[in-house]
Amino acid sequence: MIINHPLLGPRDAQEFVYLGDANLINRPDGLKDGAVDAFHDYLYLRDNPAGEHRELWYHEQGDRSWLVVTRNTVTHEIISVEIARDVARKMGRSK
Amino acid sequence: MTQIRRIAGGHIDRSKTLNFTFDGKAYLGHPGDTLASALLANGVQLMGRSFKYHRPRGPIASGSEEPNALVELRTGARQEPNTRATVAELFEGLEAKSQNRWPSLSFDAMSINDRLSSFLTAGFYYKTFMWPASFWEKLYEPLIRHAAGLGSLSKQHDPDTYDKGFLHCDLLVIGAGPSGLAAALTAGRAGARVILADEDFAFGGRLNAETFSIGDDSGAGWAVKTVAELAALPNVRLMSRTTILGAFDHGIYSAVERVSDHLAVPVDGKPRQILWRIYSKRAILAAGAIERPIAFENNDRPGIMLAGALRAYANRWGVAVGDRVAVFTNNDDGVRSALDLQAKGVDVAALIDSRADAAPVNGLRHIRGGEVVNSSGRLGLTSITVRMANGGTDIIPVSALGVSGGWNPNLNIASHQRGRPVWNDAIAAFVPGPDGPAGLSVAGAASGAFSTHAALQTGAMEAVKALGAIGIAAKPIEIPKAEDAPLSITPLWYVHSGKGRAWIDQQNDVTVKDVKLAHQENFRSVEHLKRYTTLGMATDQGKTSNILGLAIMAELTGKPIPETGTTIYRPPYTPVAMGALGGRSRGEHFKPTRLTPSHKWATEQGAIFVEVGMWLRTQWIPKPSETTWRQSVDREVSATRKSVGICDVTTLGKIDIQGTDAGLFLDRVYANTFSTLGVGKVRYGLMLREDGIVMDDGTTARLGEHEYVTTTTTANAVPVFRHLEYCRQVLWPDLDVQLISTTEAWAQYSVAGPNARKLLEKLVDQDISNEAFPYMACGEITVCGGLRARLFRISFSGELAYEIAVPTRYGDAMIRALVEAGREFDAVVYGTEALGVMRVEKGHVAGNELNGQSTALNMGLGKMVSKKKDSIGMVLSQREGLNQETGLRLVGVKPVDPSKLLTAGSHFIAHGKSPVAAHDDGWLTSVVFSPDLGHSIALGYLKNGSTRLGERIRTVNLLAKTEVEVEIVSPHFIDPEGERLRA
Amino acid sequence: MRYSGWSVIREALTGHKGWTPAWRDPEPQAAYDIIVVGGGGHGLATAYYLAKEFGQAKIAVLEKGYIGGGNVGRNTTIIRSNYLLDGNQPFYEFSLKLWEGLEQDFNYNAMVSQRGIINLFHTDAQRDAYTRRGNSMILHGADAEMLDRDQVRAMYPFLNFDNARFPIKGALMQRRGGTVRHDAVAWGYARGADQRGVDIIQNCEVKGIRIEHGRVMGVDTTRGFIGAKKIGVAVAGSSSKVMAHAGMRLPMESHVLQAFVSEGLKPVIDGVMTYGAGHFYVSQSDKGGLVFGGDIDGYNSYAQRGNMPVVEDVAEGGMSLMPMIGRARLLRMWGGIMDMSMDGSPIIDKTDIDGLYFNGGWCYGGFKATPASGWCFAHLLATDQSHKTATAYRFDRFRKGLMIDEKGQGAQPNLH
Repeated sequence: MIINHPLLGPRDAQEFVYLGDANLINRPDGLKDGAVDAFHDYLYLRDNPAGEHRELWYHEQGDRSWLVVTRNTVTHEIISVEIARDVARKMGRSK
Repeated sequence: MTQIRRIAGGHIDRSKTLNFTFDGKAYLGHPGDTLASALLANGVQLMGRSFKYHRPRGPIASGSEEPNALVELRTGARQEPNTRATVAELFEGLEAKSQNRWPSLSFDAMSINDRLSSFLTAGFYYKTFMWPASFWEKLYEPLIRHAAGLGSLSKQHDPDTYDKGFLHCDLLVIGAGPSGLAAALTAGRAGARVILADEDFAFGGRLNAETFSIGDDSGAGWAVKTVAELAALPNVRLMSRTTILGAFDHGIYSAVERVSDHLAVPVDGKPRQILWRIYSKRAILAAGAIERPIAFENNDRPGIMLAGALRAYANRWGVAVGDRVAVFTNNDDGVRSALDLQAKGVDVAALIDSRADAAPVNGLRHIRGGEVVNSSGRLGLTSITVRMANGGTDIIPVSALGVSGGWNPNLNIASHQRGRPVWNDAIAAFVPGPDGPAGLSVAGAASGAFSTHAALQTGAMEAVKALGAIGIAAKPIEIPKAEDAPLSITPLWYVHSGKGRAWIDQQNDVTVKDVKLAHQENFRSVEHLKRYTTLGMATDQGKTSNILGLAIMAELTGKPIPETGTTIYRPPYTPVAMGALGGRSRGEHFKPTRLTPSHKWATEQGAIFVEVGMWLRTQWIPKPSETTWRQSVDREVSATRKSVGICDVTTLGKIDIQGTDAGLFLDRVYANTFSTLGVGKVRYGLMLREDGIVMDDGTTARLGEHEYVTTTTTANAVPVFRHLEYCRQVLWPDLDVQLISTTEAWAQYSVAGPNARKLLEKLVDQDISNEAFPYMACGEITVCGGLRARLFRISFSGELAYEIAVPTRYGDAMIRALVEAGREFDAVVYGTEALGVMRVEKGHVAGNELNGQSTALNMGLGKMVSKKKDSIGMVLSQREGLNQETGLRLVGVKPVDPSKLLTAGSHFIAHGKSPVAAHDDGWLTSVVFSPDLGHSIALGYLKNGSTRLGERIRTVNLLAKTEVEVEIVSPHFIDPEGERLRA
Repeated sequence: MRYSGWSVIREALTGHKGWTPAWRDPEPQAAYDIIVVGGGGHGLATAYYLAKEFGQAKIAVLEKGYIGGGNVGRNTTIIRSNYLLDGNQPFYEFSLKLWEGLEQDFNYNAMVSQRGIINLFHTDAQRDAYTRRGNSMILHGADAEMLDRDQVRAMYPFLNFDNARFPIKGALMQRRGGTVRHDAVAWGYARGADQRGVDIIQNCEVKGIRIEHGRVMGVDTTRGFIGAKKIGVAVAGSSSKVMAHAGMRLPMESHVLQAFVSEGLKPVIDGVMTYGAGHFYVSQSDKGGLVFGGDIDGYNSYAQRGNMPVVEDVAEGGMSLMPMIGRARLLRMWGGIMDMSMDGSPIIDKTDIDGLYFNGGWCYGGFKATPASGWCFAHLLATDQSHKTATAYRFDRFRKGLMIDEKGQGAQPNLH
């Protein structure tokens, strides 16, 4: 597969390491009530769609950036590639 | 020795003669021959035996779709089983052997299977061989396995080299027949980067096998001219002998180029084959079409082949497959074979045309509305039986028969991404469907456009379209005049007569009767049909036979062919050598080898090395007088604990962490607290996975206000760095923290033992007295009069110890300096074995304990997980299952009888309990011999371990049927109070 | 009709007219007591045991395509019970024992062939881990042996012992491990279930699960609504899709695993072997092809095909281990959809919805589990209790911290 890195252009997916669903960005607050349930759902349950999937890839053999790739899991077509840090900030991650 | 079936013409070089052997017999051929064409030229039709019934087999094709003529090519380590004689280029000295027969090709004892064929129908083995129960493994299966397979491997290591390469292009053209050449020329002239690949050794595709003209040239001549123009274009890469194996995601195609297979051995330095990964923006499949036969009783004799192959042997190779031939066809293209052969002076006894309404052909015996209903000739065709339209029969003596049931567009690659082909009634064949791989279009016969004119035109047009889609303007080449006849066909899949067997898959011996049986037993979907009968599962993957099977099943179920559908097309297009897929990553080059900075020095000392991941680390350094590894390791441990030892610990991960939020960041990724760590101090840290299991351990040193360096275990250097970057970029993107891996930047040596400080004081420029540099201190220093370095006072061994780091390029100089400085203290350099002994003696966890299944609590480090801050893993580490009272705990273990040796992986079984799972109390994780204590010691995980100190228990190794009685002790065997550390 | 050597001979002499369909193609009834969704090995085995062992009637298996078209239609055919953890080993040993009597049980030759499996190791740490595992196996009543380098060499002299990057140090062996003819398993269970009255409904895809007041009513399918008192879902890689009809999210991801076969060769490899220094495992089929595989590609996929990096990785492992295969040719490669769970171990459990049961999370190891999975799922469906070998295979083990993690990789499916 080819991942079109926003800064570096098209790269072979072999340069990357795959983590999983980009919902992993939404890490719960460990000090809040109900944290165990929240962490269980966060860590263990997945949508696992047959279709568009937003997922985290790490450019280990390149610039070491984490990316959020939107890819169709049935056709493998890649619809978009974004810098994960930007996506995380948009999703409310900060400090 | 004369080539009795050679006729005039063909694209072979008669000025040179090649000698080759087949089954030990010598023959002659010419450059341009394949092994099959040369054998046929010598009158040899019998080339193999079928898989199940061992029936005599000859080639039915002249290309890579061939199912029958499989030979063992070459001898010795280069022996290549299952090689298609129809594509093997002839070379001087070629040796080939037939396969799957004993004792000889003409007399094969296993052909007794053919006599038992009614017992050996499709699927028979599912219904029997079950009694007695033990006989399957003792008798039936060994017999079946012995008879299985076709060709043999030599079992010697493959001596050839294989390379891998990467290519990029705007347009990949797959196939260099008329449509591919037209496409490549169109695109080449437009300045696009073009790759044109063809599996054949000569470009031109079917033009080389036909008598068509293109413009004023012969088809083959036009191909030569076109190739010459392409070769002169710098933006075009021509790749002959190159098979495109498959269409993968995003325009990536895999290809294998057979660089040296047409030579006896590869020329010095050249690989045998190259595996190419081709990145294309667009691709055109111009792979032509493959003919299919008509099945009739005994249609599988040597000498019976596809009509297109019959004329290819005549036109391209100057070979008459038989001295007297006939053709059986259901379409106009078959007629062409009869005419071409006649034009070459071959005796064409009859043209049997199943179409009663076919246009009459003059000049030969045209039997319209006729069918071939049988044949005879045990090892080669001698006659055919024809049934006329009026019901009468005639037996016609012939030594070769061409059969044409129509042509299948070669749509394999267009269907590699689960695209389903679409049925086309006009040509009675499947054509590529609309859902093929993105960026791939199809031209020429592969798309169902069969005439030469249509091939040229569609090739050019698809090139224009493809380039247009990527912003390159192109003009189609001018199409020279060429034949444009439509394919007129009346489908006939098999002759409905006769009680005997009509063959569909000639390699796996699948007949029309087998298809009918599958239908009878309700294996009716095409996938069930395939698996039950094994139709299409041979080395040719059913290229000439699948359609017959599914058409017959369609007829039986009453469903139309499109509804019956095809099986799935998958790579590789044709079988590819494992060596090519492996490339150079074999033997010692399977994975890269990483060497430590002290490697050169260690090699000079005669060190024994061990693989630790991809690293080679010194395991121990034997003295000449030592004969066992224990002697060396015991000495290294004792010398270190007595005086001082030096060890290369470069391989452990090092990560520099900087920024105003670095301390806060560390609090979040470590279970314990680091924001409270003072400048110039080091702390041991435990890193959890988000699920609460321990991921890694190490130390983090604070070198400055906003500067830390974290260490990891060797194995986890890469994953931990990846994880930290994840936390930094994704979880807390606004923290002011930067990371960089410095594992390879610093050569790092452990210096341990009572004289460690004295040794280092000889090299370190600064004051490192106990007051200036206490236990768990760190700092940036200089050595040897000004070289920058880092010093950490930490101890894995339990002695007074430091780790000293210098920039890697000084690593070799540093080990030598340390060794020199240590001479007065009888310093020893110790390896990973001694390192392991000492850390077990101290009770430190390492890889065997950090097994990805254990928690901090299991390791006796539960208190390190702070609940006051949110850190990775903190929450889920509190789940009840991970906090059971009687859960596993890390313990120390020593044998009651000190002369007994313990074994890692032994399990704990209490006294009086039987060795069954219900009594399994845990296992020994790490075992070493302690020279200090004089006996074996171990660490282990024991259920409820913290309450069982002092207990005597058994450790059993049921694999070796041994057991040792042990006592549970504290894991800290040496200096439990840590006095030596603080000296 | 009963299969036997005698029936083969009789039919051969009388033109094979007597062979009856291996299973019927019945129209779906309006309702069943139990519907098994998924006509793969596990679903068919479940139906078979429900009818044969647990005395259940009115059972249907619904299959969206043709039966046995998933993993059981193309896998690397290995059976073994060499697992490490207490939650797993008894189950797989139960399965191996069922394999040992299967052909006689369901009157179909599945070619169960226990020619042995060896797991090679190349470091002391691997040796220690295999020692722990081998002892675990024996404690649980299975068989295990350790082989040293010389013993491995005597068994497989063609392995690379001379210039290996990671020299072979020995192997863990299970003699009772081996291979089985995968298609025969699906067809044997299907025929056996069909003969006992189970309706096998092909070309019938579940499009919805009807639930009223927290209890299942039946399934909406491409062949209409079918009522059911109990529904057991066994659809492997499609689990998330089907259970989404019940509003459930699962602890799993669907991934592609590729598998490979070579052209047929005269016998070279007698048993099953796994490489310890690279991703490669291999056996040789009774037809002569080398059947081999390696790691998953690593990204979520329902495409049923993979990419070249894994193909090359597997070939590199193979060539490093046995350089003689350089002249053998890869004939065909497949990709399937693996239901990769969060700890690498399966789930056979009820759900919070009355009458809805789930069987999945087999990762790439489901084939060897087929008989036990069918038996245990049937047990659960029939009695509402977990079979004693499957008590740990529950959804709530993740909530409770009772993961069954053989590889020690944690909650990241693509690492299992």
